[in-house]
Amino acid sequence: MCLAIPAKVLSVEPDDMALVSVENVRKRISTALLEDVMPGDYVLVHVGYALHQLSEEEAAHTLSLMAEAGILQDELAEIRGDR
Amino acid sequence: MRYISEFRDPALAAALARAIRQDARPDRTYHFMEFCGGHTHAIFRYGVQDLMPPNVHFVHGPGCPVCVLPVRRLDDAIELAEWHDVILCTYGDMMRVPGTGRRSLIRAKADGADIRMVYSTQDALQIARDNPDRQVVFFAIGFETTTPPTAVAIKQAQAEGLRNFTVFCNHVLTPAAIGHILSSPDFAPGGPARIDGFLGPSHVSAVIGTQPYEAAARAYRKPVVIAGFEPLDVMQSVLMLIAQVNADRAEVENQYTRVVTRFGNRKAQALVAEVLELRDSFEWRGLGAVPDSALRIRDSFADFDAEQRFMVTEKQSREVKSCECPAVLRGVRKPTECKLFGATCTPDNPMGACMVSSEGACAAYYSYGRQRTPQDAA
Amino acid sequence: MSTVDMTHGGGGRAMAGLIRDLFQRHLSNPALDRGDDAALVTVPGQRLVMSTDGHVIAPLFFPGGDIGALSVHGTVNDLAMMGARPLYLTAGFILEEGFPLADLERIVWSMANAAREADVQVISGDTKVVERGKGDGVFITTTGIGVVAGGVDLSAHNVQPGQSVLVSGTMGDHGVAVLSKRENLTFETEILSDSAALHGLVADMLSAVPSLTMLRDPTRGGLAATLNEIATTAGVGIMLDEAQIPVAPDVAAACELLGLDPLNTANEGKLIAICPSQDAATLLDAMLLHPLGQNAAIIGTVTKDPAQLVQMKTSFGGTRIVDWLAGEQLPRIC
Repeated sequence: MCLAIPAKVLSVEPDDMALVSVENVRKRISTALLEDVMPGDYVLVHVGYALHQLSEEEAAHTLSLMAEAGILQDELAEIRGDR
Repeated sequence: MRYISEFRDPALAAALARAIRQDARPDRTYHFMEFCGGHTHAIFRYGVQDLMPPNVHFVHGPGCPVCVLPVRRLDDAIELAEWHDVILCTYGDMMRVPGTGRRSLIRAKADGADIRMVYSTQDALQIARDNPDRQVVFFAIGFETTTPPTAVAIKQAQAEGLRNFTVFCNHVLTPAAIGHILSSPDFAPGGPARIDGFLGPSHVSAVIGTQPYEAAARAYRKPVVIAGFEPLDVMQSVLMLIAQVNADRAEVENQYTRVVTRFGNRKAQALVAEVLELRDSFEWRGLGAVPDSALRIRDSFADFDAEQRFMVTEKQSREVKSCECPAVLRGVRKPTECKLFGATCTPDNPMGACMVSSEGACAAYYSYGRQRTPQDAA
Repeated sequence: MSTVDMTHGGGGRAMAGLIRDLFQRHLSNPALDRGDDAALVTVPGQRLVMSTDGHVIAPLFFPGGDIGALSVHGTVNDLAMMGARPLYLTAGFILEEGFPLADLERIVWSMANAAREADVQVISGDTKVVERGKGDGVFITTTGIGVVAGGVDLSAHNVQPGQSVLVSGTMGDHGVAVLSKRENLTFETEILSDSAALHGLVADMLSAVPSLTMLRDPTRGGLAATLNEIATTAGVGIMLDEAQIPVAPDVAAACELLGLDPLNTANEGKLIAICPSQDAATLLDAMLLHPLGQNAAIIGTVTKDPAQLVQMKTSFGGTRIVDWLAGEQLPRIC
């Protein structure tokens, strides 16, 4: 599979390029595969190209679902007297 | 790191592990194939199987484009570099893969061939611009994630009139491979191996969406959960697969919602469709010939097709005898069941692609998990 | 004349001029300036440590260092890992015809600077020139000599199960800094190589914890390779705690982008220390007080393991092997 990393768009450049960063590591990558890339967006970077925007909302939702899975189990376990 | 560290949180891992232990029925086992080499790598690197109950098993799939590239094609690439005086640009992953006669790109480079490692097709285009008197060939490999960058490069080369740039195209397709595996006798009821569901590839799906997996899920009645790349994503996906199996459902679900949508990146898909088209058949190492599973460059871009510009000799690719890569790739053998594993075949001295690619099951197992006994190995 | 040519290696006037005007001008010290075939120095009756190291790094100049400084630090550190006070270095240069003299001067100046800061002298040298295409600009081999106090016996052979494993700071800085300059992998980053001379830190460590078992610097192959070497030599296992291993956020990010592992990435100004567990806290305190040990940490324990594996409890909660790589780590797309 494909190593792809979420990176933050710092600035948009001509010819479908953008400067992105992960922490303070900056790289120029191609945005030829996306439309409407804006500074502040998070994009998935693979082999020097932005493949897709990242949805902040969905990321938060996923994390909360994960946390819930745990909590539900804790509550159930308490009810059943497992712990 | 934003959107990375949160999905490696150990507290959430423990919570998900508890949930999985609760939901996994004690009276049965669960076998889930992670199609993607990246997931294999994540599972081993983070020790995800340590957090699974003993009745949940991972079956390692063929989603490692380095591993499934037929030896013949690698031999062709080496021949292009050695005999046609081209500058061959390649991703790092291919450098150490052994071809026929244990030749590899890195050995050919040591012997004087002009082989250059690149991070991006953009780098290969730049090399072509900087060396107008030399032929530059980009060795394209990868699944649907890596294909759009190749399409962009070809279009850009055409727009700029870069006459010295061609692509040796070996892009392969995921849903065809999943269907092929599911239709194989290895996984028929009563067959030697079993898959109860799939962890679908993260970034392939970012490009193609979840929709292409629906036919296979329906036809073979197996659930598919498109799983994100981080270890927490893998665990949440296992939880979702267990829920489907327990409820006898066989649907395509999306766990990686922060990046994957039903229809994917349509712009990228359109670019690929413009430049590339289906090959009738393509031989996958380990899977044999799989119909409609690979791409070639369209005639309209023939000027950028290395296979049109250069003649390479007909080859009979030879694998090392006793190398079980084909069986490991299909998920029917574990790395430890290969005679060569850990003995003559190690990352130092790889006999087959499964050991060279950092995503190959054998390499992952050797580098990260060989302290485990075969029974408790995932 | 602004580039190296074959006459510079010829032993004649051109070579003498190069030595006088470039090498000697920066590296000057009494033993070197005498210009004899070998340097005569007096070393009080002590135990001597000697080491040699060839430097073939590309690129020659990288963020935070260059081949000149590296050639001094590398050999000084090899001596320091034995607990030695480094005294003298020799330097052999293999120059490629066509190499710009201005670059050579930069490198030698940097060497001189590093030597001065490390309080060592380059007392003898050699210069050869090879034809264009037969070298990579410049190769430097340095040999160093140092003295070790009586009673100091640092060696992997002394490592025992139960002892503590420490590192002096963040892992992977040098490897990433060098990669960031290499062709086709450029990214803009402020990660600097950590190239530095460690003998001052070592002296403080020995003084705080005389029971120190061994030291080694994790250069090529990174922490993973070095710990595996130690495990194999000592016939032990090592169990690491990933959460304790210091990695700078930018280095971690660069490694994510390229598919590299900081544990397999080179360092040139860090050391691994093993000591009895009861002294680990004292040793850590001593390291934290030194400028080169500011991010020091206790990262693991030596174990009894016939398989001699280096393993790690991941921050995620699982366990995995930390293996050494077959060859150099290559960036990957998969």
